[in-house]
Amino acid sequence: MSVLPLVALVGNPNAGKSALFNALTGARQKLGNYPGVTVERKAGRLALADGRPVELVDLPGTYSLNAASPDEQVTRDVVMGRQAGERRPDALVIVVDASNLDNHLRFALELIALGLPTIVALNMVDLATRDGLELDAAVLARELGVPVIATVAVRKRGLDHLREELGGLLDSAAPEAKTLPPERDFDAVRGEARRIARAAVVRETPSRRLTAAVDRVALHPVFGLLLLLGLLFVMFQAVYAWSEAPIAMIEGLAEAAATAARDALPDGMLRSFLVDGVINGVGSVVVFLPQILILFFFILMLEATGYMVRAAFLMDGIMAKVGLSGRAFIPLLSSFACAIPGIMATRTIADPKDRLTTILIAPLMTCSARLPVYAVIIGAFIPARDVLPGVGLQGFVLFCLYVAGIIGAMLVALILRMTVTKGASGGFLMEMPKYQWPRPQDILLGLWQRAVIFLKRAGTIIFTSTVILWVLLSYPKPPEGSAVSQVDYSIAGRIAGGLNVILEPIGFNRDISLALIPAMAAREVAVSALATVYSIDAGDDEALLERSLGDRLKDQWPLPTALAFLAWFIFAPQCISTIAVTRRETNGWKWPMFMLGYLFVLAYVAAGLTFWTATALGLS
Amino acid sequence: MRLTELPLRQPAFVDLIDWSVLSPSEGQRLREFGLCEGASVEALHHGGLWGKGPIACKVGRMTIAMRRNHAAAVTVRTGPDAAP
Ligand SMILES: Nc1nc2c(ncn2[C@@H]2O[C@H](COP(=O)(O)OP(=O)(O)OP(=O)(O)O)[C@@H](O)[C@H]2O)c(=O)[nH]1
Ligand SMILES: [Mg+2]
Repeated sequence: MSVLPLVALVGNPNAGKSALFNALTGARQKLGNYPGVTVERKAGRLALADGRPVELVDLPGTYSLNAASPDEQVTRDVVMGRQAGERRPDALVIVVDASNLDNHLRFALELIALGLPTIVALNMVDLATRDGLELDAAVLARELGVPVIATVAVRKRGLDHLREELGGLLDSAAPEAKTLPPERDFDAVRGEARRIARAAVVRETPSRRLTAAVDRVALHPVFGLLLLLGLLFVMFQAVYAWSEAPIAMIEGLAEAAATAARDALPDGMLRSFLVDGVINGVGSVVVFLPQILILFFFILMLEATGYMVRAAFLMDGIMAKVGLSGRAFIPLLSSFACAIPGIMATRTIADPKDRLTTILIAPLMTCSARLPVYAVIIGAFIPARDVLPGVGLQGFVLFCLYVAGIIGAMLVALILRMTVTKGASGGFLMEMPKYQWPRPQDILLGLWQRAVIFLKRAGTIIFTSTVILWVLLSYPKPPEGSAVSQVDYSIAGRIAGGLNVILEPIGFNRDISLALIPAMAAREVAVSALATVYSIDAGDDEALLERSLGDRLKDQWPLPTALAFLAWFIFAPQCISTIAVTRRETNGWKWPMFMLGYLFVLAYVAAGLTFWTATALGLS
Repeated sequence: MRLTELPLRQPAFVDLIDWSVLSPSEGQRLREFGLCEGASVEALHHGGLWGKGPIACKVGRMTIAMRRNHAAAVTVRTGPDAAP
């Protein structure tokens, strides 16, 4: 098979490269209305107008070929053909934002000067129109000397035209491309860009600018902060308020399945495996799908509207105080979803020490995998009543747990920046995108993707860990008539018994020790592990089997233990995937091991302090 | 007048930038944002409770955020004959 022609999408951050990539290839790359969404090269396949296949690559956005951060280096290396193991693209599609041509054309001119066959996609013409700006693509094409095609990537407008031009471009003999960017005076290129941008304007009618109006509130020193806090607050209230009905439904289904399995199967290992391990174990995690989706709904909305950079702006004062760059706030906010994309997103941070610090504190942001753990304990121990009209206590406690993680992260950053990652304090230089209304189909697609990912996790890693735990809990069997319980007699029970020596001082019991080890695979496993332990413990006791995991916990754990468990999970040593991605992003084992160590110590101390304080206060 | 002192929403032009205050990569990023001698700027928002937070300003058609110490390196002029 012959090699496919290779075409790269390049341009400024947030120009709509990934949106165009998705529209052309049918891929589902992540989009977001802030600079720095894409941080690595992604390839896909596109069919030209005549059906010929072409390999298309989506690249991180950058302002010039003078790369400042690791993500921008990828773009530079791919475009210049210096990426190890990759050939140089045969053609470029430069994506420019029609509503910000002055700026985007400067980089476009730099790229055109490379001499590769090039097309310019004049994207976001709808936004330019919204701002009262009308442009002439023909003038642009003449001035730039390359084809210019008006597109609206998110509405799939202009794509056929783009495919057609691309076909023609690949057919014509390729000119000799330059291996070094031609030396040109930066200011001269900018001047030319501005001249061309002006020449292309057909009409400009001043219009009411939505963005400026919203920002007067959103960036206001007082109201802006109140708005941000309010948003987060509503988010955690919603996690409880909106999820009751769907959770009850899933619980009902799981219960029905367990009953059916119990009735249909004879008592024995198979039944125990299905009921204790699969339905009660994995089911106890799947129950949290609605809450996780509600959390993601808010995160997706923040990302799509353009609010992310505003949040970073508001938080910059604190970030500056602890020696981080304001931009680091965005990877940290993404870590609420999961630390892995958060750690990847630190590639947009130019300063290496700044970036390392951000990586090291990312696991302190409460990821969505911890939500089930929090939710199960809160559900069991925190009464579902309102502290204020409309403000539920459970949502409030959840909010506090997240805030505790953030405060912990800031304190750790402060200490790290004074010790192991000492260096010049980072700055905050960021472009602020215009606000956009999120498109419902984008949000729904995002939620759907998250649901699939979560269920896949439940079906693979959570399932496997739970099954392994079930085996280790079920064997060996205690001798007939023995007073030792099944769980205590099993392999897992004995291991937990050993571990408990270390964990007992901070109020943890055998069951928690049992749950913590498999929770390294995925944090939700802490919940499924507890469910499996209690399910096996219950044996055939009908009354016990009827009780939910939350009720069982409430029966068996004193309140100080439950609080200590929550405190542990604020800092809990992160999952194995996080360690692996940290190793990759820091090129070695040193930093992931450091991270694991300091988080373990913090978790231990936090859980211990919580337990001792709660005990001293006589809480129970 | 420094960019930090420029009243909000008053159009101005960049007179001078003290590049020595900025690290080479920060200086480069500012240039890439189009902030250079002669560029039109407009301060839009001051962040932070005690006026110590970052500044959002309009440069050409783009809105950018930067910290005060960087904005203080930018001298601007206003008035009818400020345009270069
Ligand atoms: N109105 C409008 N919005 C668009 C268009 N193309 C993309 N967008 C939106 O603009 C934002 C940025 O799009 P992306 O495709 O993520 O931008 P990108 O160039 O890949 O950005 P980076 O990966 O950060 O470099 C997203 O919110 C998109 O939904 C368009 O043609 N019109
Ligand atoms: Mg992208």
